[in-house]
Amino acid sequence: MKLPNKQNSMEEAIAHVKDGDTVMLGGFGVPGTPFALIHALVRHGARDLPIIKNDANEPDMGVDHLLQSGLVGRLITTHLGLNGHAIELMNSGKIKVEFNAQGILAERIRAGGAGLGGVLSDIGIGTELAEGKQVIECGGKTQIIEPALRADVALLHAARADSFGNLAYVATAQNFNPLMAMAADCVIAEVETLLPLGGLAADHIHTAGVFVDHVTELGALSEEYTVVQR
Amino acid sequence: MVARAAREIQPGMVVNLGIGLPTRVVNHLPADFPVCLHTENGLTGIGPTLPADQADRNLIDAGGAYVSTIPGSAFFDSATSFALVRSGRLDLTMLGAFEVAANGDLANWKIPGKFSPGVGGGIELAQKARRVVVLTTHTDRAGNAKLKDKCSLPLTARGCVGRIFTDMAVIDVGPDGFHLIEAAQGVSVAEVKEATGAPLTVPNTTLPSF
Repeated sequence: MKLPNKQNSMEEAIAHVKDGDTVMLGGFGVPGTPFALIHALVRHGARDLPIIKNDANEPDMGVDHLLQSGLVGRLITTHLGLNGHAIELMNSGKIKVEFNAQGILAERIRAGGAGLGGVLSDIGIGTELAEGKQVIECGGKTQIIEPALRADVALLHAARADSFGNLAYVATAQNFNPLMAMAADCVIAEVETLLPLGGLAADHIHTAGVFVDHVTELGALSEEYTVVQR
Repeated sequence: MVARAAREIQPGMVVNLGIGLPTRVVNHLPADFPVCLHTENGLTGIGPTLPADQADRNLIDAGGAYVSTIPGSAFFDSATSFALVRSGRLDLTMLGAFEVAANGDLANWKIPGKFSPGVGGGIELAQKARRVVVLTTHTDRAGNAKLKDKCSLPLTARGCVGRIFTDMAVIDVGPDGFHLIEAAQGVSVAEVKEATGAPLTVPNTTLPSF
């Protein structure tokens, strides 16, 4: 037996994104953000894309290109503090932003990837973040129902992969990537090093390839991946 | 104030230092001090901050600063990172504040119409860390009290703050409101009271200074 080969070109992989698709983007700041896939998505030009991403990167970096392109109407996120562009788009009403508590966003995605309907939590009770949310009594406590999140497409970044799509991340580039890898109908991973089957030791794999649909190898990394000079 | 706040960290603790002033607390810990620093983006065992020319592009803290690992550091995903926070493994968090109320309510994430970048991990840290201490200037730039009877800004979490370190004083939040614990050198009790926007209980004994 041999595991299937999911290696694909970036353009062919990104062509799976359709108008109106919900797109998850891995990354927390620079680490783990799929910068090359984001550029490919902007070139592809699919419109009305709700985006789910922890943050909005920084001006002229990563998801900011998507926001500025007008292809995104809605952003589900936790924090935009490093991207003044994104805050301007939000304040002028050009994009709708839904803020989640960071760990709750992670759990909603994890639930989506685990085939669950949602999670219960008391995070944000008594604050405006809980306003309008459904609550239930469970275990003697008032709990907010946080619905699971799934996407049509997830765009991920990993350091290493094999041709079946097994992924390994490095350092703080892990963040939302392994959660989103399980929570989308079509999962596309850009990787810095693509190895043949067996190139990744089975116990060094963070995301099992069974969750991944397309894996595409990056060439030389662009400047966006490098250390940000502030 | 930052040096005084560093003494709040006890050996063996798991600690999360919020963005801004709290991040600087680490500079006041001895190099061999036994503590596990956590950052929301998926690291326990944060090592020293690095300049850009020595930085690892994949290794940042939640504020985007380039940090390093130390022997025993561990990386994990965002769900695991907040599982740690919500399940009570975080002994202490140090956060900034726009306002703290006498009942321990904290507002530090939104000024409607002016500043609304999103809450990030702040709600979970404030609501679930075993102990929440705040580092802040005693008053805002216009001289208004940040310690108040009631927060006027949107809350981060209710009744969460245990202690406040400011440039003027160390103040505890008790069941009956603010208690003065220490005053900064050269700052009088009257000055602290004047700058505090809610009743302040002052001990009968001599007040330590820092």
